[in-house]
Amino acid sequence: MIEVSGLVKTYGQKRAVDGVSFRVNRGDILGFLGPNGAGKSTTMKMITGFLRPDAGTATVGGIDVATDPVAVKSKLGYLPESAPAYPEMTVDEFLGFIAEVRGFRTAAARSAVVERAIKLTHLVSVRRQTIETLSKGYKQRVGFAQALLHDPPVLVLDEPTDGLDPNQKNEVRALIKNMAVEKAVILSTHILEEVDAICTRVIIISRGKIVADETPAQLRARQPGARLDEIFRSLTSSDA
Amino acid sequence: MRQINPIFKREFLGYFRSPVAYVFLVVFLVATIGCAFFLGQFFRANTASLESYFGYLPWLFLFLIPAAGMRLWSEEKRTGTVELLFTLPVTTLEAVLGKFLAAWAFLAIAIVFSFPMVITAAYLGNPDWGILIASYLGAILMAGSYLGVCSLISALTKNQIISFVISVLICFVLALLGASVFTNFLTGFLPVWLVDVISNFSFITHFDAFTKGIVDPKDLVFFLSLTGFALFLNVVALER
Repeated sequence: MIEVSGLVKTYGQKRAVDGVSFRVNRGDILGFLGPNGAGKSTTMKMITGFLRPDAGTATVGGIDVATDPVAVKSKLGYLPESAPAYPEMTVDEFLGFIAEVRGFRTAAARSAVVERAIKLTHLVSVRRQTIETLSKGYKQRVGFAQALLHDPPVLVLDEPTDGLDPNQKNEVRALIKNMAVEKAVILSTHILEEVDAICTRVIIISRGKIVADETPAQLRARQPGARLDEIFRSLTSSDA
Repeated sequence: MRQINPIFKREFLGYFRSPVAYVFLVVFLVATIGCAFFLGQFFRANTASLESYFGYLPWLFLFLIPAAGMRLWSEEKRTGTVELLFTLPVTTLEAVLGKFLAAWAFLAIAIVFSFPMVITAAYLGNPDWGILIASYLGAILMAGSYLGVCSLISALTKNQIISFVISVLICFVLALLGASVFTNFLTGFLPVWLVDVISNFSFITHFDAFTKGIVDPKDLVFFLSLTGFALFLNVVALER
């Protein structure tokens, strides 16, 4: 469903993403790990069409994001880092806007999908509050709600449990796991226990290059008995 | 182009969700109508026309429109919502047009809210309706051109202050090129035809015709093409 081949992105002198290639199939939950600045977010931004790659291709559902970005974006649900949203809108209004842009033209269709998204992400109690008044955890859930609103076949989530308390983290992970049966999901995270909790595959990126692309079990098998963060460190310790 | 509608609606209603818009409207009206009364001596002039209102508009727009336009794209970049907007299935052109048209509609409302002056002139005398309608049309078109420039500059920076200052500078040059003070200065040492060409790039030159009741295609073309060109560059700037 997602195929990435030889992606390169350079910022000035620095190669943020240096020839990254991988696939994500339906039913996969791919965990994207790596130190800060390794190129995780940049790769995701290229898949979602926000950044243009300097080289390489990214295809979603067979469609190249460079040739038909709008078609790709309709198949994607994206949760950017820090879950941006329009602060002066209420949760209802914001999700209504996203629903309309996502093609739900009638008020009835819109309220149906917004209702579903609000229930799934437990936003019922704050739906009439303006987004700027929400706590970090709720803002994150609004971002998640807008990503899954149109039930897309592909989800790209940049640190979806960032800033959530342990209960909320659990809920979000359960939700992702439930939805992922029919979808291809990429999520980036710093939390290694998420790898065990929900990921079916793991990719570790360091300095713009992939240093591991395997299942969590295979990753553990690299150093039997070691903790995940030790294995992670041994693969990425060349980063300052 | 279907996506212009939801974006337009969101932006336009968004203006009225914040107190800033109402403050802006009041300041706009106080400035424009204040100038008409205190500098233009609206009642003393004893003519049933709104010359004293329209005469100062190009110079008042110089500060008022960058104030409205400076946040158009700078705000989105600063809060990160630009990443949300450009991973939704909308083209850059639809996003630019949606936001521009919403801001333009808002400014048109600010301009048309001077209608009490029209009612006053109609009650006290016998105004020339042709001139009035042409003047309002010219004012709204001119506002569109100022706004086009401001929107473009706002797309080039995250910082609203820089956006404001540069927009004011560029609009100042474009207004100045046609101001009688400046053209008189130029005719001192340049051939008349060259001064005419230079002043044809100015807002004032083309707006003057409207205030005299002349709706000349070349003036319409000037405003529309200047706006169109600014919007085209706006799209290019965002796609970088």
